Amino acid sequence: MVENRPWLTFLSHAVLVLGVLAVAFPLWVTFVASTHTLEAIMQVPMPLTPGNQFVENYSQVLSAGTNTGSKAAVSQMLINSTVMALVIPLGKMAISIIASFAIVYFRFPGRMFFFWMIFITLMLPVEVRIIPTLQVITDLKLNNTYAGLTIPLIASATATFLFRQFFMTIPDELAEAARVDGASPMRFFKDVLLPLSKTTMAALFVIQFIYGWNQYLWPLLVATDESMYTTVIGIKRMIVGSDSANEWNLIMATAILAMLPPALVVMLMQKWFVKGLVETEK
Amino acid sequence: MKIKTLAVALASIGLYSGGAQAQTEIQWWHSMGGALGEALNELATNFNATQKEYKVVATFKGSYPESMTAAIAAFRAGNAPHLLQVFEVGTATMMAAKGAIVPVAKVMTDAKEKFEPRAYLPTVTGYYSDSKGNMLSFPFNSSTVMFYLNKDAFKKAGLDPEKPPKTWKEVVAAAEKLKASGHACPYTTSWPSWMHIENFSAWHNVPIGTKENGFGGFDTQFSINSPLHVRHISMLGDMSKKGLFVYAGRTNQGDAKFSSGECAMFSGSTGAQAGIRKAGKFEWSINFIPYHDDVKGAPQNSIIGGASVWIMGGKKPDEYKGVAKFMAYLSQSDVQMGWHTKTGYVPITQAAYDMTKKSGFYDKDPGAELAVKQLTNKAPTANSKGLRFGNFVQGRTVIEEELENVFSGKKEAKPALDDAVKRGNEILRQFEAANK
Amino acid sequence: MEKRVVFRSAWLPYALVAPQIVITILFFFWPAIQAVWYSFQLQDAFGLKSQFVGLQNFAALFKDGNYLESFKVTALFSVLVAFSGIAISLLLAAMADRVLRGAMAYKTLLIWPYAVAPAIAGVLWAFLFAPSIGIVSYVLKGWGVEWNWILKGDQAMVLVVIASVWKQISYNFLFFLAGLQSIPRSLIEAAAIDGASPFRRFWTIVFPLLSPTTFFLLVVNCVYAFFDTFGVIDATTQGGPGQATNILVYKVYHDGVKAADLGSSNAQSVILMIIVIALTVVQFRFVEKKVQY
Repeated sequence: MVENRPWLTFLSHAVLVLGVLAVAFPLWVTFVASTHTLEAIMQVPMPLTPGNQFVENYSQVLSAGTNTGSKAAVSQMLINSTVMALVIPLGKMAISIIASFAIVYFRFPGRMFFFWMIFITLMLPVEVRIIPTLQVITDLKLNNTYAGLTIPLIASATATFLFRQFFMTIPDELAEAARVDGASPMRFFKDVLLPLSKTTMAALFVIQFIYGWNQYLWPLLVATDESMYTTVIGIKRMIVGSDSANEWNLIMATAILAMLPPALVVMLMQKWFVKGLVETEK
Repeated sequence: MKIKTLAVALASIGLYSGGAQAQTEIQWWHSMGGALGEALNELATNFNATQKEYKVVATFKGSYPESMTAAIAAFRAGNAPHLLQVFEVGTATMMAAKGAIVPVAKVMTDAKEKFEPRAYLPTVTGYYSDSKGNMLSFPFNSSTVMFYLNKDAFKKAGLDPEKPPKTWKEVVAAAEKLKASGHACPYTTSWPSWMHIENFSAWHNVPIGTKENGFGGFDTQFSINSPLHVRHISMLGDMSKKGLFVYAGRTNQGDAKFSSGECAMFSGSTGAQAGIRKAGKFEWSINFIPYHDDVKGAPQNSIIGGASVWIMGGKKPDEYKGVAKFMAYLSQSDVQMGWHTKTGYVPITQAAYDMTKKSGFYDKDPGAELAVKQLTNKAPTANSKGLRFGNFVQGRTVIEEELENVFSGKKEAKPALDDAVKRGNEILRQFEAANK
Repeated sequence: MEKRVVFRSAWLPYALVAPQIVITILFFFWPAIQAVWYSFQLQDAFGLKSQFVGLQNFAALFKDGNYLESFKVTALFSVLVAFSGIAISLLLAAMADRVLRGAMAYKTLLIWPYAVAPAIAGVLWAFLFAPSIGIVSYVLKGWGVEWNWILKGDQAMVLVVIASVWKQISYNFLFFLAGLQSIPRSLIEAAAIDGASPFRRFWTIVFPLLSPTTFFLLVVNCVYAFFDTFGVIDATTQGGPGQATNILVYKVYHDGVKAADLGSSNAQSVILMIIVIALTVVQFRFVEKKVQY
């Protein structure tokens, strides 16, 4: 700050507090709604303080879903979401880091061709190839499997680029030293590159965890079996409920459960998260 | 001791392998979740218990559009299920897919299963039969649209709850009285297109489209912009402007508005009863849908909604034998009665209906019988057998969009319906071209 | 940029790129090619009959009033999401840059919406704005606003814009904050010494220096509004009422999955592909500029 203007400082804080409240308000209402009975929420206006149904609602959705909508247990959905949120980052990192290593540290025919192939995938989000990709999954009999949910999302260019950029910043002397020592390329990779890449990998992991957890369109198409729902899809399926009112209290409880893991990851691993965001966009 | 154990082990292996060898699996993909899904699973389990040759495996595959997409993809990949539950608007698409499906009538006669087409209620099966009367798909879960009213709200507004409005004129009058007494939502509806265009046309014996509502050929055109249609939709638009009609959405969002007590009168599926019974904290009644009494021939009969079960092609003859057996099982009166009384869907055979009547079920639950009565009010005409339009999912969306334009005051009824016809016909022509 | 020191091996690099390339071909290129192929066909739902019709599906799309309407809706939606998202986060970032105390706390509290899936954001805001029971609807009714987004297209648009922007604020905020903190203090101090008010300083110095970040965020927010908001629309309005929120990507899904009209859906996919490519090219060419800045 340059000069002392107390009223401006006050204003800044006021704006920020307002911002935080506006951002947090939906979360608060959601949490409150998840702790009441359905009748209490259907009253207009609904109460703004928590109720006493916390244990009942959460245990209900975790074990048996809603009564009128989907009966899939949210506990199963949480497991499915976790699988996606872990397999995708780990898978992505694994294949991207080796692909990146090959492209950066080797000279071989077709090198630039492969590079451009990977680059082009940036321009093909799943939304522009919905039906044919679904057909491929069905042809390979991968519907309603963890493989079908995760493998197609593993090959993306962002991770490869991130590693490429990072490898470019590594001094050539290290590679030279390895060559002089007679170490094989894989040795160099394992003993030098991997340890150096730890921070990049952590940043990537955070971003991709959130990405995997929050996937919507892909699981919507691939996971039609109730036992394979992810939490995000499960919520949507609770709303398109059958001939009855939506059970908002249970839906909100599921929403809280769906938001919790990624939110915790963001807040606890904030440093990696920010780094990951900023780096992947360069 | 050892020998005995060995003998038992051998015997059980023998039993096990013997049983496993003979069972042919019949895959059934459906879209019934929640309580309905449980009732459906019971049907499969009970069938499996009656014989050892076949095993029906029912799998929930998501909503109707999702399960249909999955089945289409599976068919292209060569591993489609045997049975697929398809919603009524998908009928034309399924019917046109001659290599992908096998008509129920053919499967039954080929398997030499007892099959009496006349035993089925014509309004119910007519929808799913071809123009020659051959049943193409099995009318598994059919509902129709009914008119519900909140008796307590009527009392409060000074209306007689035992005298439900029978004509639209009476509905408007009742709505005005309800509004005057402070009721914020006199009337709402679920499934606006199904109620106010499709069933409206059938109930008044006017066509929805040419060529017998599409039964006669793919070169059909929509006729939902007739003066009667325009007058009816105009009336709804007026009601919406005056706050007498509160629009709830394209699907069954109206159900909750009624069961919560927010809206006093409501038209929705017979299937809504279960939810209203559970959540409605007031006296209510279920009635025939209203009609315009100055239209000759009204009220005719209403048409069904819901879904039917299609038999997919490309399977082995032995498997079709099992399918035929299952269809015969589902047509049994006691099975039909169980399904009907548990779910609220209508029974599909006359015998099942009679059986339910005899059991006294309708004395306890008159609403359940009203649906059948409304469907069989008169013998169906070419205008009230049902409808068969290709790509009708898109067609219905177009109708719903134009209706929304009228209800929100964006368009007048005539231009909106004219646009609906124009856009709807484009969709029909596309379907016709793709299925030449 | 090339590495000076490299390894040589006949087979190792191929083995290393193989997994990524195989998956890319199977799940990206093969479906994309099929999408293009099917967009030139007129097919029945089950693929039993298909006729090659060239560009007919595309011609039909451009003649279709709804499709053009969908373009308009998408454009309006993106503009609203991008501009309001950027404006709000810029304000918050500027404020956060000023305060010394609690900056870390504000930052933590403002970035967590990024973790929320767009579909869930849609559900939350739909609940708040539910015509009958929503708490915000209640307040609006108290102010005399007739709130029914199920019927009124404009209100439905407001709902999905708010839900989408709410989520993006954290993303934009972080980038703006990083951008603000990289502006040399000396420039601002010099202006202060010259007597410029904080307001003037912001608009004449800070904002121009932030333009690379702003432009970058504009492109990213547009791409976000085009594609990632699918979840918001599907979980709330499903394109309605009328056509008010039927964005292009939702139409592709609806026509393909709900209506089984594969030719049209794939043709729309191809058009979307062209749009993405254009946006990505813009983004990358611009990012190059940013790096040199």
